[in-house]
Amino acid sequence: MIYKVISKREFKAFIDALVKNNSSFGPRKVDTGSNGKPIYQFMPVKSADEIEFDYTVSHLSAKRFFLPYHDELSHFNFSDGNWEQEIRYEAPPIILIGLRPCDINAVNILDDVMLHGAYPSPYYLARRKNTFIIGMDHLPLPDCFCHSMNRHTVNHGFNLFCSDIGDSYYLSINSSKAFSFLKEFRIEEPTYEDNCCLIERRKNIKNSFETKIEVSGLPCFLDIEFDSPIWQKWGDKCLSCGTCAMVCPTCYCYSVEERFDIDLKGSTRQNHLYSCNLVDFAQVTGGHNFRPKNGDRLKYRYYHHYRGFAANDNQQICVGCNRCGRACLADINPKDVINDLRLERESCMICVSQSPDKT
Amino acid sequence: MNHLGFEMEKVKIGSFDFTCCEGCQLQLANKEFTLPDFLALLDIRNFREISSERLDDYDIALVEGSITRPDEIERIKAIRAQAKVLVAFGTCACFGGVNSLKNRIPQEEAVREVYDGKAIETRPSMKISDIVQVDLSIPGCPVSKDEVERIIIGIVTRSQVSLPTYPVCVDCKQQLNTCLFDLGEICLGPITRAGCNAVCTTGKTACLGCRGPAEELNMPAYLELIKERGLSLEDLHEKLAFYNAFEPLATDET
Ligand code: SF4
Ligand code: SF4
Ligand code: SF4
Ligand code: SF4
Ligand code: SF4
Repeated sequence: MIYKVISKREFKAFIDALVKNNSSFGPRKVDTGSNGKPIYQFMPVKSADEIEFDYTVSHLSAKRFFLPYHDELSHFNFSDGNWEQEIRYEAPPIILIGLRPCDINAVNILDDVMLHGAYPSPYYLARRKNTFIIGMDHLPLPDCFCHSMNRHTVNHGFNLFCSDIGDSYYLSINSSKAFSFLKEFRIEEPTYEDNCCLIERRKNIKNSFETKIEVSGLPCFLDIEFDSPIWQKWGDKCLSCGTCAMVCPTCYCYSVEERFDIDLKGSTRQNHLYSCNLVDFAQVTGGHNFRPKNGDRLKYRYYHHYRGFAANDNQQICVGCNRCGRACLADINPKDVINDLRLERESCMICVSQSPDKT
Repeated sequence: MNHLGFEMEKVKIGSFDFTCCEGCQLQLANKEFTLPDFLALLDIRNFREISSERLDDYDIALVEGSITRPDEIERIKAIRAQAKVLVAFGTCACFGGVNSLKNRIPQEEAVREVYDGKAIETRPSMKISDIVQVDLSIPGCPVSKDEVERIIIGIVTRSQVSLPTYPVCVDCKQQLNTCLFDLGEICLGPITRAGCNAVCTTGKTACLGCRGPAEELNMPAYLELIKERGLSLEDLHEKLAFYNAFEPLATDET
């Protein structure tokens, strides 16, 4: 990693040059909510002026740039009673601007799942390789809890990371490509003061988290609470709408569909992102549904995020962005669900057993 | 037709309209660039809008519209007797549709309003399955040509034919839309069956549920969120009643 400092004005010129020459996406205001607050999304940008560098959070994560909601996996051509499969892994290069540390951590988690397992995904790899990521830090929103998940800082998975230190950005340069892009622009060695500002900025961010979730020991806790009535309580509220998984930066489930071309001379195999909350997620051939109840489905979403599955080394895959909580119309959010779960057990007075004392 | 070693036959199809705007039938002739290939899958035996032929040896009957006249009852029974597969085609056929708006007022009043008092035989709008057995439903106001193509191909190739079970919100999110609830509106997306690519919400108009209820929808939770957000129950009622698709669910709780 190389560290440099760039004035905000120069940074804007750098971004402007970058986005003018490359297919780029950055935070843009798409709407104003009825609460008066702006709603941001990662959208195509053609000049630095279009980018809201001081945005809060994007409504949807940046996941779709790596795992598109719909993706053609292959095309089959039928002829002379035979067939040929055509597969393309190409992904045009793109630049993503403004990802938060939690967002980049989420991409790193997706890397683990999609690239480091038994069956690496070439589709994912192509996109990941061709995506240039510029991260930017920010002060957390009142409901962000990435600090609790230890995902509030990031030290890999990006090309360039910018920390706001007032009139300049403190740059962490993590790729030769980023370094060579920057060479054309006025960048300085960090001074003693810049370093102090960076430390101060980090401290400030760390101390600004208002939402804290106690996740220590949660995997074991979840195992014990498998039959907790809490799941039904929250499940009864759940609309099984899948919104949480659609906005989540780490949910990666998909369904696969085969479709004939209308002339029957070929077909496509395509996937589209799915959610374990959807009613038929665990339905198998013959119609049996292993998780017919909302509560069971919701439970598995929480298990995957806070307990982890073997497929991703049992690591917690939630990065604490609270996008799911913000987007859920039924007001189901990780903080309340987990607190409820803990409270239920920790305040239980039925059988106060003696734990061994300190000796 | 021979397809990968399987003999395939064109489907002998009849398309029939009852009380409706014929917009769904029109969809069959839409999407010009795939139209020749689409029509090549069909052996059209009876379809007033595109052919003068009136043959009665169809296997699949696409039935569009709702039932609002006594003579329509006889006609739909005759079609049922002939068809091997009867498809309720479009929202009117599946749920009664917009026509059901007249169910809320005395029928004489409706006749007076629309026909200026002429003697018209009419009755409250009914969905097709109120009269005869329906084998397959393709909802939508109008139906989505994409979905129709997919289902017809499924029938021709004898592969599985199904509709999405989940609600419109999935598609809506995938279209990167801002949720209309965040803009202070009521949207029926969370309880409506997906498959339309969330066209309405993508155009910033609330979903009115033309595709009918999603499977296993959670009405109590949905009503709760409307109340929680202080949205108008009257507005909700209007929307739920628009296509008549939710009627049995929307009774006492609102
Ligand atoms: S938790 Fe919320 S967003 Fe997720 S499926 Fe349930 S209702 Fe939808
Ligand atoms: S939480 Fe559910 S939808 Fe998300 S990745 Fe896990 S199983 Fe898939
Ligand atoms: S589960 Fe929720 S809080 Fe955690 S990463 Fe996904 S969207 Fe963010
Ligand atoms: S606008 Fe409607 S369909 Fe879209 S997410 Fe919101 S409730 Fe669901
Ligand atoms: S968004 Fe709703 S009303 Fe609009 S087409 Fe889809 S299901 Fe019908």
